[in-house]
Amino acid sequence: MTVIPLQLPRRLLEFTLDGEPVRVPEGSTILDACRAAGKDIPTLCEGDTLTPKNACRVCVVEVEGARTLAPACSRRAEAGMEVKTDSERARTSRKVVLELLASSTDLSTTPRVAEWIKEYEAKPDRFGPDAARVNETPKIDNDLYVRDLDKCILCYKCVDACGEQWQNTFAISVAGRGFDARISTEHAVALPESACVYCGNCIEVCPTGALSFKSEFDMREAGTWNEEAQTETTTICAYCGVGCNLTLHVQDNEIVKVTSPHDNPVTHGNLCIKGRFGYQHAQQH
Amino acid sequence: MDLHFGDSKPTDEERAAVDSLLGPATSAWEGAEDRSDADLRWARGGREARERRDLLLPGLHAINDRVGWISEGALAYLCRRLTVPPAEAYGVATFYAMFAVKPRPAKVLHVCTDLACAGNGSAKLCADLEERIGAAGSAADGVVWQPSPCLGLCERAPAALVLQAGTPSDTVPAQRDPRLRDVLTPGPARLPDTAGDTDETVGGDTGGAGVTPIRADLASNGAVVTPLRAHANGSSAEPAPRRQAFAVIGPATVDTLVEAATAPEDAPEEPSAAMAVPQAGQDGLMLLQRIGVVDPYSIDDYRAHGGYHALRTAFDIGPAGVIREVTDSGLLGRGGAAFPTGRKWQATASQPDRPHYLVCNADESEPGTFKDRVIMEGDPFALIEAMTIAGYATGAHVGYLYLRGEYPRALHRLENALTQARLRGFLGDDVLGQGYAFDIEIRRGAGAYICGEETALFNSIEGFRGEPRSKPPFPVEKGLFGKPTAANNVETLINVLPILTMGAEAYAAIGTGNSTGPKLFCVSGSVERPGIYELPFGATLGDLLDLAGTPTEIRAILLGGAAGGFVRPDERDIPLTFEGTRAAGTTLGSGVILVMDDTVGLPRTLLRIAEFFRDESCGQCVPCRVGTVRQEEALHRIKDRTGAEASDDVALLREVGQTMRDASICGLGQTAWNAVESAIDRLGAFK
Repeated sequence: MTVIPLQLPRRLLEFTLDGEPVRVPEGSTILDACRAAGKDIPTLCEGDTLTPKNACRVCVVEVEGARTLAPACSRRAEAGMEVKTDSERARTSRKVVLELLASSTDLSTTPRVAEWIKEYEAKPDRFGPDAARVNETPKIDNDLYVRDLDKCILCYKCVDACGEQWQNTFAISVAGRGFDARISTEHAVALPESACVYCGNCIEVCPTGALSFKSEFDMREAGTWNEEAQTETTTICAYCGVGCNLTLHVQDNEIVKVTSPHDNPVTHGNLCIKGRFGYQHAQQH
Repeated sequence: MDLHFGDSKPTDEERAAVDSLLGPATSAWEGAEDRSDADLRWARGGREARERRDLLLPGLHAINDRVGWISEGALAYLCRRLTVPPAEAYGVATFYAMFAVKPRPAKVLHVCTDLACAGNGSAKLCADLEERIGAAGSAADGVVWQPSPCLGLCERAPAALVLQAGTPSDTVPAQRDPRLRDVLTPGPARLPDTAGDTDETVGGDTGGAGVTPIRADLASNGAVVTPLRAHANGSSAEPAPRRQAFAVIGPATVDTLVEAATAPEDAPEEPSAAMAVPQAGQDGLMLLQRIGVVDPYSIDDYRAHGGYHALRTAFDIGPAGVIREVTDSGLLGRGGAAFPTGRKWQATASQPDRPHYLVCNADESEPGTFKDRVIMEGDPFALIEAMTIAGYATGAHVGYLYLRGEYPRALHRLENALTQARLRGFLGDDVLGQGYAFDIEIRRGAGAYICGEETALFNSIEGFRGEPRSKPPFPVEKGLFGKPTAANNVETLINVLPILTMGAEAYAAIGTGNSTGPKLFCVSGSVERPGIYELPFGATLGDLLDLAGTPTEIRAILLGGAAGGFVRPDERDIPLTFEGTRAAGTTLGSGVILVMDDTVGLPRTLLRIAEFFRDESCGQCVPCRVGTVRQEEALHRIKDRTGAEASDDVALLREVGQTMRDASICGLGQTAWNAVESAIDRLGAFK
């Protein structure tokens, strides 16, 4: 069930999107308008439960009169704006951004990226065999989840979810600078020595699979991970009285992952360690 | 927020370093060693404790200055004191090139390998150093050396900077933050509480009672010679502890470098700032008129040379009058973006949100730029006066001066200037008895070019990683601490003084229609008289080169620094104005004129520029984080190739460059390809 929160009606503003006039509520982003108009714009660092960081720059669009391209995810629509989502300039930037990402990180578990690479005719190989890569090995320092930073595109979503936007734990941050920047705990200590409370809300927002349940990571390693064979059942967490919705991902009658619906008014996709990882008692052995 | 600080404890020295900034910890909640009954009864925390986040960067400096690096225990203690999550503080500490989170010697030698120094033998210098004291980054004999981006000493290339960590000077009040007032170090620099009416307590010169005799306490190079106070834990019987010191060496030879790195206290005196101004003492200078003429340590000398006339004029005509004059003068920002200063001030002043802030951007890091350093070292009071006027016009009561970390001499002179200005009532609760309160805080950067971008600078002051924010909202609306902020470059602010003393009309008569007033140019490279030149807008490139004296064989001239563009030696007719350079398809940028002969070779120079941007990218957005790496790789591949052999990579560079320009968040990524592009298109590189 989706709850539509009551709010004051918002004024509509009109602008031009790819030559067509569109009307959106005041405060909408260009991306909101594109989605309402049925246009598909690639996004990676944008998340439905987070304030956009606009770091990945894969959603850039051309705004008439602007010197540079604008990130659709965070630029608010203004009346009279003329926006082109599919101009040569915007497409080139999206293509190169995909190439830059795919040539430096492992995007094999990033949903939809293969489709976009095909659509934009991106060629990540063009930078040659010696192109620098992030080159990280998976960090397995606890039984609950794995950090495979080779897949990390530094979208800041996990940092925001761990910090001020949701969990207020601040166990991780971006450390270092430039190409050497990595998501890290203080002094890169292992998670059990850090402030991490294992709520797993970082996993929930990770767009590339760099953060994953240990169960998912192990099954992928073993080649047994099969999303098509999984069912999703949404239920209510029984641990306390808050009533968080849990979506249990089940493969071969085993719970392999737990998420929470992002539009759930109780959780907004967030859980605690018990809801996220405390499912072993439900398994029959 | 439930913070987790780990088990690491600070050493006594680290604790003393933090306490010297923040005062001793008053409760176990913020790191005191003993838990009192009151601690068990009342928790400390909440908003009030968290609001001191902006002291994180000064805290990291305090530790790094004392110990030379930042250990786990030191970071945890600082975090406890300021209620900052350690992971975030670690992210901040690792953002800056001048901090280390791994043990290293107390003495760090930064050897500039950037454009001007590369043209004057820095490569040979580094090779010799490697032989004498080992590879870069490896510690030997209490010293570690590292190659550095431009140190802003281009007129003395090749240049280097030695920083020695140790116990600090007792004489310099580091902060004027009201939260810190109680903990200012007792000593000669202690400010009387009645900072407004101190004329009677102060003698006629710098040596007056209560005035910081900084100069007397400093050896030529900042080494402190006053006796040490007893250590916090009373261990005064220890052998004489190492003192904080710095040495600036330029032009450097390997011998002078090794000598200075061994004993920075004994390094020869740095030449006067006037040595960087070939025109020093000439008539008709407006911005440089006092450099080499006044004593930079004396407020009286400054006043005797026309100082504080402009501020009095400002009080006469009121804030709106100042903004009107500045607007009518046509002053455009000199930091590189050329935004009309009057409009910026007007927009800030008219914001209903309070408080307003003034920020002076003195994070001068564009390779080839050293004009702000020369002003701050040679005429520091002028900047203080100009900031006071800007604060008055925009309705700010606090001004932040963000100074790049590599300018220790400018820091000392500005701190002295602030102390004197406060004592004389030129800063404080009631400036010149006009009922206007204004004070200035210096915040030191720590080695990050990106912090010259104004929103990154705000984040840096606030204690976050120096990553740019997206605009809109613009700083005039939501800037420092989310409040309306006017951010101006040093040179821009200095221009306000002649505008007020001579009037907007007379000022606007100087220069061309769209570029009014005088402009400072940083001339370096293969010229006979490198340095800062002041010329009215409208002079051509040729005029300037004639002044500086160029050899016959010039390969190219870089305008505007690494983010600027190359022009050919035959393009001497380009007018050095904002519109003239734009019409010629290049940029004035920060006023860099770097003349290159064939010593280094164009491909190698381009590679150095690409390395610079790769090192200095903050890493926030993909086009810049990965694009600068790919740009450097491609330039590396084709450094010995031309024509068809290079054409694929040139095409690749163009596409990556265009994407960086179009899709990066801030000016760093957007300009990272400018110089390379101009070298290919204008100079015919790789053809």
